Amino acid sequence: MQVEEFLQSSASRFPQKTALVCQGDRWSYGEVDRLSDRLAGSLKARGLHRGDRVAIFLDNSVEAVVSIFGVLKMGGVFLPASPSTKADKLAYLLNDCRAAGLISDARLSGVASEAAPRAPSLRLVISAGDGRPERPFEGVQALTWEGALDKDTPSAAAPLSKSAIDIDLAAILYTSGSTGFPKGVMMTHLNIATAAASIMQYLENKEDDVVLSALPLSFDYGLYQVLMAFKAGATLVLERSFAYPQTILERLIEEKATGFPIVPTVAAMICRMKEWRSDRFPHLRYITSTAAPLAPAHISRLRSLFPTAKIYSMYGLTECKRVSYLPPEELDVRPASVGRAIPNTEVYIVDEWGARVGPGEVGELVVRGAHVMKGYWEREEETERALKPGPLPGEKVLYTGDLFRMDSDGYLYFVARKDDIIKTRGEKVSPKEVEAVLYRLPEIAEAAVVGVQDEVLGQAVKAVVVLTEGTRLTAQEISRHCARYLEEFMIPKYVEFREGLPKNANGKILKAALALRPGRSAE
Amino acid sequence: MILEDQLESILQKFIVETFLYGDQSAAPRKEDSFMEKGIIDSMGVLELVTYLETKMGIPVYDEEIIPSNFDSVEKLTRYIKRKRNGGAHAG
Repeated sequence: MQVEEFLQSSASRFPQKTALVCQGDRWSYGEVDRLSDRLAGSLKARGLHRGDRVAIFLDNSVEAVVSIFGVLKMGGVFLPASPSTKADKLAYLLNDCRAAGLISDARLSGVASEAAPRAPSLRLVISAGDGRPERPFEGVQALTWEGALDKDTPSAAAPLSKSAIDIDLAAILYTSGSTGFPKGVMMTHLNIATAAASIMQYLENKEDDVVLSALPLSFDYGLYQVLMAFKAGATLVLERSFAYPQTILERLIEEKATGFPIVPTVAAMICRMKEWRSDRFPHLRYITSTAAPLAPAHISRLRSLFPTAKIYSMYGLTECKRVSYLPPEELDVRPASVGRAIPNTEVYIVDEWGARVGPGEVGELVVRGAHVMKGYWEREEETERALKPGPLPGEKVLYTGDLFRMDSDGYLYFVARKDDIIKTRGEKVSPKEVEAVLYRLPEIAEAAVVGVQDEVLGQAVKAVVVLTEGTRLTAQEISRHCARYLEEFMIPKYVEFREGLPKNANGKILKAALALRPGRSAE
Repeated sequence: MILEDQLESILQKFIVETFLYGDQSAAPRKEDSFMEKGIIDSMGVLELVTYLETKMGIPVYDEEIIPSNFDSVEKLTRYIKRKRNGGAHAG
């Protein structure tokens, strides 16, 4: 099955049904299907082809949803870029996968128009929002959203015939790598359809579900809320952010939401709210959480606030979308576990030679299934490190880089990561990526970035810096510099100044020692 | 009692220092939406609430943490004034 068929099949079953509720507007399956048909036709008419990559640089919006399906219907590959991406990084992403198209909006046009001219592969830029096209530049066509969806474009009149097959790429999802350069995780239609079907099976998603999501579509957890809701023929209520938990809870009530995906940081925000009664959400059937374990205090508060909802704690990584889920009834029995393999997936733990280890022994987690990525886009070495031979001849399985142990019933327990990636607010941060930005400051002689424990964020990013002799720099100046290049969640919350960094005999910085002291806030 | 434009400039300063790391050139106008301008994210609203409660001594109720009270310097100023006058919850 191809991913655009999630939409097409629901649109043919119930064209009038509400597919999407966004910013106060409601869109039926028929409408989303027609709009994405027009976008696909328009992309094709302007010279984009099967396999071309198109970056979607938008806030959560109907345009973002239409773009995903429009790109797929044209046979293209979409690449969702976080709306908080800065120009340098956007240019990097566009160049890394040699994107042919970029879809952005008025709010983000400053960043988009700074990045776009630096990506020679671009042929088409579409600007949603207030209708002003990007300033055209050499060799690139610039269109407004309305222009791109113009029903008078001859090729937009009828749906395109299929060109892609299910082992073609549907999406490239960028993830932080230990090298400091984000890697593009290649997901085929088959990978995505397999992951979506598995997750929907244990969540028991049906067409009468109403899922409320405020997770960004650039985060695979947020992206799959759209894909799975459309596959089920359910209704998705798409919000822009969790900034106002009160508003989100009101929307849950208004829309009679049955599903509510969150991350532990959001659970912490909701649990701070004191004045809510437990009888307000009788429709809520489930809450899901991923990215880090839920704190026991938050689990009990969520249960009292949402007594009808089952709570699913889950674990996954972009390279295969999801690995495990903890059945709600196991939450009290094995609170420290991230659960067992999702349906149609096999997981096992191996030692450093690749041999399977017994229950209770610590080793690297390996994932086997049709949802495992095709590889990292044009990164052979890193792909070889992640995808290694499996039990069948020629088969590849995913080495996660996460150390785990498994109990005798097959439940997984996270132990540590093999690399130094930081997980904050549910997002991965590569210390090298932050360090590279710090080193752009001539005043910084040495820098080390580590994760420190934080009650709300999971881990907080901390920078330890050594200044060049005779120079001065404040923590605020460092943060301001970082904000110019890095997404918000990557900006160090703490900056600590030192005379020197602790090193071993080979001159390698001893990061474990630095992570022990939280330091003072960068603000 | 702090005057309205004093309050605005105190809030403006807090926003610039906390969320823009002191970058005056990016300072919002008083009517600019923090969300639309990408100045404040979900964690930012919590920081604002904490600031109001601890530094300004204003008790903030859950149902008051909504965009119509919090999403610009102007809205915040109006909200704080209402609170100081013992005003209603919603904006």
